[in-house]
Amino acid sequence: MGLSQRVACLTRDMDGPVERQGEMIGTETSTSVGPSEPIDVLVIGGGNAALCAAMTAREAGASVLVLESAPVEFRGGNSRHTRNLRYLHDQANAVLTGPYKEEEFWEDLLRVTDGNTNEALARFTIRESNNVGAWMARHGCKFQPSMRGTLHLSRTNAFFLGGGKALMNAYYATAERLGVVIQYDADVRDLDIEDGRFAAATYETGGLTRTVEARAVVVASGGFQANIDWLKEAWGAAADNFIIRGTPYDKGRMLRVLLDKGAQPVGDPRQCHAVAIDARAPKFDGGIVTRLDCVSFGIVVNKNAERFYDEGEDFWPKRYAIWGRLVAQQPEQIAYSIIDAKSIDLFMPSVFLPIEAQSIREMAEKLELDPDSLERTVANFNAATRPGAFDAGELDDCTTEGLAPPKSHWARPLDTPPYYGYPLRPGITFTYLGVAVNECAQVRMQDGTSAPNIFAAGEIMAGNILGQGYMAGFGMTIGTVFGRIAGKEAVRYVVDSLKGS
Amino acid sequence: MSSTVLKEAERVMRVCNACRYCEGFCAVFPAMERRRTFTDQDLKYLANLCHNCRGCYYACQYAPPHEFALNVPRTMAQLRLETYRASSWPQAMKGFFQNNGLLVALTTALSVAVVLLLTLLFQGHDVLFSTHTGEGAFYRVIPYAAMVLPFSALAGLVLVGLWKGFVSQWQTIGGLPHDLRHGSAHLQAIWDVLRLKYLDGGGHGCNYPDDRFSMIRRNFHHAVFYGFMLCLASTTVAFVYDHLRHLPAPYPFWSWPVLLGTVGGLALLTGTGGLLYLKRQMDREPAAPETFGMDVAFTVLLFLTSLTGLLLLVLRTTPLMGSLLAVHMGFVLGLFVTMPYGKFVHGTYRYAALLKNAVEQACENE
Repeated sequence: MGLSQRVACLTRDMDGPVERQGEMIGTETSTSVGPSEPIDVLVIGGGNAALCAAMTAREAGASVLVLESAPVEFRGGNSRHTRNLRYLHDQANAVLTGPYKEEEFWEDLLRVTDGNTNEALARFTIRESNNVGAWMARHGCKFQPSMRGTLHLSRTNAFFLGGGKALMNAYYATAERLGVVIQYDADVRDLDIEDGRFAAATYETGGLTRTVEARAVVVASGGFQANIDWLKEAWGAAADNFIIRGTPYDKGRMLRVLLDKGAQPVGDPRQCHAVAIDARAPKFDGGIVTRLDCVSFGIVVNKNAERFYDEGEDFWPKRYAIWGRLVAQQPEQIAYSIIDAKSIDLFMPSVFLPIEAQSIREMAEKLELDPDSLERTVANFNAATRPGAFDAGELDDCTTEGLAPPKSHWARPLDTPPYYGYPLRPGITFTYLGVAVNECAQVRMQDGTSAPNIFAAGEIMAGNILGQGYMAGFGMTIGTVFGRIAGKEAVRYVVDSLKGS
Repeated sequence: MSSTVLKEAERVMRVCNACRYCEGFCAVFPAMERRRTFTDQDLKYLANLCHNCRGCYYACQYAPPHEFALNVPRTMAQLRLETYRASSWPQAMKGFFQNNGLLVALTTALSVAVVLLLTLLFQGHDVLFSTHTGEGAFYRVIPYAAMVLPFSALAGLVLVGLWKGFVSQWQTIGGLPHDLRHGSAHLQAIWDVLRLKYLDGGGHGCNYPDDRFSMIRRNFHHAVFYGFMLCLASTTVAFVYDHLRHLPAPYPFWSWPVLLGTVGGLALLTGTGGLLYLKRQMDREPAAPETFGMDVAFTVLLFLTSLTGLLLLVLRTTPLMGSLLAVHMGFVLGLFVTMPYGKFVHGTYRYAALLKNAVEQACENE
């Protein structure tokens, strides 16, 4: 295809709806780019942000190659473990029960990040998420209304029918139909970057090393939370005892390469989103089911059978994210939540059966704790509890007196067998370190410039907006918004460069 | 926990109940969420509530090769089969659910052979192969008593077998006797059946035959269900014509029995043919290999019953009528005999599960 034709083809319908693209895509596919000609847009990664970028770029007429490091069964990065997405909307719709407007959205974000965000970029993300559900639905996403346990999010967050893996299945099907070329088991090792300009990527697949040239690259390959060695840089040997809740494929290699080649870092390299999860969870990919919601109803002790933090400080959903860190600071990074029969039905059922015992002593033996110490800890705790009106749904007045650390709410004596124990370990959800980007999703370099043809989307740049904390469904918002922008801007760059040459 | 399948179902439901991402697909997951732990009865109830739409399999982040290796549709299908065996009446017949496909095929072949041979033996070659038309033509091939009496007796036995099975199944899944009189729950369950509500996968159809959402299976199943009902109606009307109005078959084409039977038969042919075609295409991973023969045998049997019925209609004025009538009656016999001991029971047992689900929903909304 001639250059002018290609440019015309690429610029057609850049922002048009999907429905109108079919015809143009068809002609594009039939005269696809030969092997000698570089790909227009290379997408590295295979999660939500990567697919949003790939579909957007392809719909704008670009030839697109996606390199996903996981095999097809585990494609989709951490997106396969997600469940919903938070987006701006002026009014209720089929799945969202009421409006969610910019100021409220922004204040929610400000609260969870404690101000650790870039306001301009954050507000831009929020505004760009306006009614993004309609775009998602056009690309195959099926939504469902919230049910039962998720009703508190029914106004703000749209739930994917079947969850994140179903969403990724739909996106992959749409991408393939559009003509995006997808390669699985393709582990990108290095990027050829000269003066902040991308030229080619080197990747390994099936034992072979290949190089692919592309006019622009979108890096959407996630954080480094599955890279234990990297986690050790911040946490030392303790990181060996961390459980990674998400995909084992987020090794952070592209993040390292970009930082090594001059990208400006953003986010605290020593921070990660860590929650206390069941210690019996798989090392990787345990996902949602490994969570434990029982901490606030009993006591938590460490290896020495000693309590170390106020279990009833606040509602569990507001506290679970600090417990990962708390457990990580304990000897051997392990702790045990112990409740009694009064509390067993108060929280979401968990995936592993609790360890059951008829006495505290028996519990200590089963958990391999010192029985005398555990009995002493429980006796001290029980003696310190003050009578109150227990209410799991309120910050109730069941509290301890003269106990260090105290238990502020839901403090009832552990006195009704059977007792139930759950071992806890830190479970890493994601890391905060990323690369800085501008509003075009271009990677910003340490020298203050923006890389013209290197774009980033998803977890690898989420730290620009989510400097700390977490807000349900907002990672998917960032991925979707910046994935789409990266796809669009990458094509814009390709068009401009073809016109200019 | 009695069986390996029950243990696996318990493990699967425990993981699912800690995840709950699939709650939008069907009734199984909301019913699961009403429980924290699962008794054998609970699991058997959930297994029969599962319509095998497969939405949860493709959506599952824990499906194989994940180390949790969850396969909800397969596990549920395996457990359903166990309940079919356990609820069969008389219990001596439970072995029929082992190698069900082969046994149903053999029984049917035997039925066809018996009817053909008896007709040949008692009526002779000439009667079987000559042309009969006009009032009472069918009875000249198979005499009235030989046709009506055995089939009436058999129909009675089948109804008893199905009812006994239903009652046993109702206990098996933990249904309470007085809930069988829960009127609004029956209405809800019937409405769920008539729409095939839970083959709609939350509004987008099954993931069948592959991972894409599609209404095709639901539509073919509708054709089978309503086709079967029309054929049943056709037989009932014909029975009334024959015995109350003394108008023996065959009936003209523009008569209720023939019209209902023709439309029903064509729907059955399309539906069963479509389902068999889809089954050939289907992804085998979420399927239970041990139910494959049972599913196929029943569907083929329905297909052949309606095919021979339609051929009989088309060729009833030719010398082929006699043998086609015998063959068709043979297939009907095979269908009747195997009805309480094959795939047909999924209808009554699923109804029991839907009824229980409707009772639970009603309790929840009170």
